[in-house]
Amino acid sequence: MNDEQQKIAELKGIVDDLLLEARRQGADAAEAGVSAQTGLSVTVRLGETETIEHTSDNGLGITVYFGHRKGSANTTDLRPDAIRESVAAACRIARYTSEDPAAGLADPDRMAREVPDLDLFHPWTIGADEATEIARACEDAARATDACICNSEGATLYTQRSSFVYGNTHGFIGGYPTSRHSLSCAVIAQDGEDMQRDYWYDSNRLPDGLASPESIGRRAAERTVARLHGRKLGTRTCPVLFRSDIASSLLRSLFGAMRGHAIYRRSSFLLDRVGEQIFPDWVQVSEDPLRPRGQASAPFDNEGVATGYRELVSHGVLQGYLLDSYAARKLGLQSTASAGGVHNAKIGSSGQSFEELLAQMDTGLIVTELMGHGTNLVTGDYSRGAAGFWVEDGEIRYPVEEVTVAGNLRDMYRNLIAVGKDNDIPGSIDTGSWLIDALTVAGD
Amino acid sequence: MSQNLAIARETLLDRPGLTDRQLDRVMDRLLSRQVDAADIFFQYSRLESWVLEDGIIKEGSHSIEQGAGLRAVSGEKTGFAYTDSLDLPRLLDAAGAARAIARSGEHGAEAIRGLPEPTPLYQPINPLESLSEAAKLDLMRQADAVARAADPRVQQVIVSLVAAHDTVLVMDNGGHISGDVRPLVRMNVQVIVEQDGRREQGSAGGGAREGLGYFLKDERGIGYAREAVRQALVNLDSVAAPAGLLPVVLGPGWPGVLLHEAVGHGLEGDFNRKGTSAFSGRIGEQVASPLCTVVDDGTLPGRRGSLTIDDEGTPSGNNVLIENGILRGYLQDKMNARLMGVAPTGNGRRESYAHLPMPRMTNTYMRPGQHTPDEIISSVDHGLYAVNFGGGQVDITSGKFVFSANEAYLIENGKITRPVKGATLIGNGPDVMTRISMVGDDLKLDTGVGTCGKEGQSVPVGVGQPTLKIDQLTVGGTAA
Repeated sequence: MNDEQQKIAELKGIVDDLLLEARRQGADAAEAGVSAQTGLSVTVRLGETETIEHTSDNGLGITVYFGHRKGSANTTDLRPDAIRESVAAACRIARYTSEDPAAGLADPDRMAREVPDLDLFHPWTIGADEATEIARACEDAARATDACICNSEGATLYTQRSSFVYGNTHGFIGGYPTSRHSLSCAVIAQDGEDMQRDYWYDSNRLPDGLASPESIGRRAAERTVARLHGRKLGTRTCPVLFRSDIASSLLRSLFGAMRGHAIYRRSSFLLDRVGEQIFPDWVQVSEDPLRPRGQASAPFDNEGVATGYRELVSHGVLQGYLLDSYAARKLGLQSTASAGGVHNAKIGSSGQSFEELLAQMDTGLIVTELMGHGTNLVTGDYSRGAAGFWVEDGEIRYPVEEVTVAGNLRDMYRNLIAVGKDNDIPGSIDTGSWLIDALTVAGD
Repeated sequence: MSQNLAIARETLLDRPGLTDRQLDRVMDRLLSRQVDAADIFFQYSRLESWVLEDGIIKEGSHSIEQGAGLRAVSGEKTGFAYTDSLDLPRLLDAAGAARAIARSGEHGAEAIRGLPEPTPLYQPINPLESLSEAAKLDLMRQADAVARAADPRVQQVIVSLVAAHDTVLVMDNGGHISGDVRPLVRMNVQVIVEQDGRREQGSAGGGAREGLGYFLKDERGIGYAREAVRQALVNLDSVAAPAGLLPVVLGPGWPGVLLHEAVGHGLEGDFNRKGTSAFSGRIGEQVASPLCTVVDDGTLPGRRGSLTIDDEGTPSGNNVLIENGILRGYLQDKMNARLMGVAPTGNGRRESYAHLPMPRMTNTYMRPGQHTPDEIISSVDHGLYAVNFGGGQVDITSGKFVFSANEAYLIENGKITRPVKGATLIGNGPDVMTRISMVGDDLKLDTGVGTCGKEGQSVPVGVGQPTLKIDQLTVGGTAA
């Protein structure tokens, strides 16, 4: 048995102990999750090592049910004493919560029958010295890209390995190890009085899956330099092209509004919209939890429910909500294995390259940065700070900053003109750039 | 020994069986000749939270977090490791990992001793036990009942109640040891209202470094329920917000998030040491209108952002950041203060033992001015009056910041008229601060709801300000 298998076996033992202890303390049902993670984070700034951090995080969480009353507890301490205390704390809480017919474990027939190996564990055996060299190469490349790069917030290499086990009193228990590696770089460009910062990064389950340190550094520098001498725009209504790395936030808002908890609380602008056209009819949105090596892959959700490929939006029509077992019961529906969120989401492209999208937009704003929290998922009202580039005749004319873009997400989705095939962004959401026909851009 | 230090020693050293001699060994391992500074931060936290929804107590949770973070600093380099078990072998391992930042050497051990500690700004109580369970749940049910009784359009009420008890102990390489016992409570009421198919939300709450009885005093808890309903109903009548450059009047209290974003972050010592802030190298310069005096004050008793000592053992301070528009100082932790050759200001904070400390705000507010709120509003011909905000964000390098209003009104001919939908306001910190043309006499602090995020670390903070007028600010609405 290798180290990781042994770790999983050890965590399974803790989950068993937690569930047994919960039964012993009188719970009718219980579920528990236990995780252990270690990692190394190294930052190099201006060529010198700035921080070396060794991370090590353990956690356990237990939820007990007495009939339809529920109590939860969690701790960072995995020792036997802590297990007893946590179960006792959860049971104590459950004495005070109310009978809630929707509360309970997910239905037993929905439990994952097997836990497929999704190939998520590719640890990186790397010491602080080697990590420092990689981070340095990344930052060096950024600083060498342009004479305007005068300062830096550094480059950071982070690698972690985790083990996770979930089990419940239906008899389900499953666990697996995962790894994640990332390399990021943030630099400062200055020209005259103007100073700008930007960054780039990559993240992958495999060390070899990361883009080269030099390419990440160069892209960070290019993004930063491109922002210099941004201008404000006069207030206007115009087409807006959300660059792919920013467009993913529009999908996150979609998923936020699809959350079962928002639906049963009647606090979503997508309430009662299942089966209706919310996008143009060429739009397909899906999730693929079982994709090998995927950044958000999971063989079962946070309640042990088997996951699988799912269409979320098909021909522009909303196919369903994102339901855990609680929200499903509140709504009289079935769990969609969404306890813990969307897994490996993707929106299909309408086929254009980024340049073709620019030509199609002709005149308008490319948004490359969004700021603030101005997304209201109850109403769909959308108002965010933005920066980017002004485009005329399909060509980038100058950088833009200190403007807002505003509209309503309902209209933005409905009036989506195109999704590019320029999906070269890291992270668990796969999307190209989005061209939206008209938003209010406020400036001076 | 102060009461706080005695409690912290008992919780974090005596209970796990750690002796001063063992601590010395750990510190010894952490130090080497090249290390300029080192510290060990011990923490034990308990947190309890409750959620009421659909009129029933739906969820409750209890959590315990404990561990120690060990840091060795050499010049601008930091080595850091942490452990969630407070036993000697694990502490020694972590010390060995953290010191790897510098080559090995030796040091002479210093005797462990307490420092003179400031008067505590809050009582070392355990807020989890400050009310009976029945009283906690009653408080939440009352808030629910008040919200539902307030208006028939109220469809959904969610009440949350959180109590946290945090005990910390920090020992530095000089052998200085300090402790703090930090209570923190937070209550929030969120409502959804519905009329003719239109839905809006409202949210209100508060918090303090006190027991949960804080929410019973002056009917605060049910006051949040009334306030959340009022906000939601106002939004039911709101029309599209204007788009473009407008005079903006900000109400007192929580709109002080302006200062947090436009000024506060840009004055944190780490950014200024590195020269990455729009305020870097500008001490002594005019960075705001002469009407503006902005302070960061961690010494306000019982406030959510206050700290008797920071997470490095430095007593918190009342630090003037901007005085009559002139930039006076930065917010410092020990490391950045040492590297910049100034004194620490008591702003070294960390989310937990598993995070490195850095310069952070406490309670950031603007001192009051001369005008009455009425004078300020009536001076505006056509503009925006914004009284409630969601979060904000800042790019400290370019100085661009945003904050999002969720309750705002039009000002027309000097009068507050119609409510408008939420909108994001955007500006450039140093620029916007010079456009503050009137400051009110009605300084208010927020109700204790703020949480600030920086580099992935969250800490509780406070903000405040009097009513003030910004001559021109970009308002991100949709109406022409």
